[in-house]
Amino acid sequence: MADKRLGKQTVKLQNPPSIVSTACIVGPKEGAGPLGEYFDMVIDDELWGEKTWEKAESKIVKETYLRILNKASATPFDVNYIVAGDLLNQCIASTFGLRGSSVSHFGIYGACSTMSESMNIGAMLIDGGFADNVLCITSSHFCSAEKQFRFPLELGNQRPPTSQWTVIGSGGALLSNKGAGPYITHVTTGKIVDMGITDANNMGGAMAPAAADTILCHFKDTGFAPEYYDLIVTGDLGIIGKTICEEMVNEQGFSISDRFNDCGLMIFDKKRQDVHAGASGCGCSAVVFAGYIYKEIMKGTFRKVLLVSTGALLSPTSSQQNESIPSIAHAVTISNTLE
Amino acid sequence: MAKKMLKDLKPAEYRNYVESKSPKSKLLTNVFRAFLIGGLICVVGQFITNALKSRGYDSDTVGALTSVIMIFIGALLTGLNIYDEIGKYGGAGSAVPITGFANSIVSPALEFKSEGYIMGVGAKMFVVAGPVLVYGISASIVAGILYYLLK
Repeated sequence: MADKRLGKQTVKLQNPPSIVSTACIVGPKEGAGPLGEYFDMVIDDELWGEKTWEKAESKIVKETYLRILNKASATPFDVNYIVAGDLLNQCIASTFGLRGSSVSHFGIYGACSTMSESMNIGAMLIDGGFADNVLCITSSHFCSAEKQFRFPLELGNQRPPTSQWTVIGSGGALLSNKGAGPYITHVTTGKIVDMGITDANNMGGAMAPAAADTILCHFKDTGFAPEYYDLIVTGDLGIIGKTICEEMVNEQGFSISDRFNDCGLMIFDKKRQDVHAGASGCGCSAVVFAGYIYKEIMKGTFRKVLLVSTGALLSPTSSQQNESIPSIAHAVTISNTLE
Repeated sequence: MAKKMLKDLKPAEYRNYVESKSPKSKLLTNVFRAFLIGGLICVVGQFITNALKSRGYDSDTVGALTSVIMIFIGALLTGLNIYDEIGKYGGAGSAVPITGFANSIVSPALEFKSEGYIMGVGAKMFVVAGPVLVYGISASIVAGILYYLLK
């Protein structure tokens, strides 16, 4: 077996890359939420001066990308690879936003798990000696996602209480083989799990088994107990998915309840902001990680965090054909020390 | 027998479990709001009808004119970013009347304007209302044939 592998799905990085900078830009609703002060920039209108939602999302990606470089005092020449993806068909938000970057580009699709998927790949590229610096970035936009997956914005319909609200925002990180942390020490790459949920308005319920599977696999592969972490945080399970995931992990003898949270519940005030079951979208775990979690790790509030972004791998076509929703979750261990 | 572990549930069992964890729509509240908003829209329609009648139009013209005016109001409120808020509150109460029909055509037209007037507005305008038209017209044809045969 390859000497960096632990168990079935985990890689222990021998030369853990540092996360040298992160940046995030969010929409007005996200900015008005409980984590508003952690975001680098809050745009005040959803179009941000562009003509279409898609152009606006690409602009958010581009500006976030530039900020990540800027904060690390890096130039595009320093970056060996960009690993990026988003929700729009053929990933046009990230590729159009980054088409001027002149950096080797890997386009990935992991639905809302993209943030931790890109960090899985980026960390392994660096540890493998294939790159010095890798930039991981993703985005989502409520309006472009509604247009592609659901109904026109101005349609007077009601959202069911299980539905989630797609985050407007882009977040990303620059990983490097130089730097003084926080480090990515382990990555657990998820497998596709499908427990047969067909309701596209209940993605939390569909994704919860995938998140639980990855978290349990991570514990078994690494031998870590939940107490190893200060925070175990899923991407966008929402209230229903979080409850189910927590129960699934707890019943296997790993009690995570006192340190478990979900980015989809942290970014909005569920009561005040009318988002039903919580937030969703690639941007959800990306901006909560790049804004809140990264900054709190730097402050020392958290020493070790397990980030588990979660993705529902459905498409409008598969939903219309009444297919169930395959889901995935990828885990990344972020630690401010190397021991 | 011990309670089954969640990870061992069959898809149908898991679906039931997720259902049991999911909040339900507030049926009574929604029905009441639909009644309120739907009723209000009808009151506006009746007001227009009465106003037209008092100006001496015959009943056919009054019916047609009222529909035209209500459709115009629905379309205008959609364009002004108001009808979706009414719909969020009123649900079926604002979806069923003719103003809701106007909303279901104008909202995709606005949304897909960015794809141009042919492949955007033209092709996507009936993406929501299309099924209503197809099956509404089909049903009226069936009803017409039955009426002819049974007359």
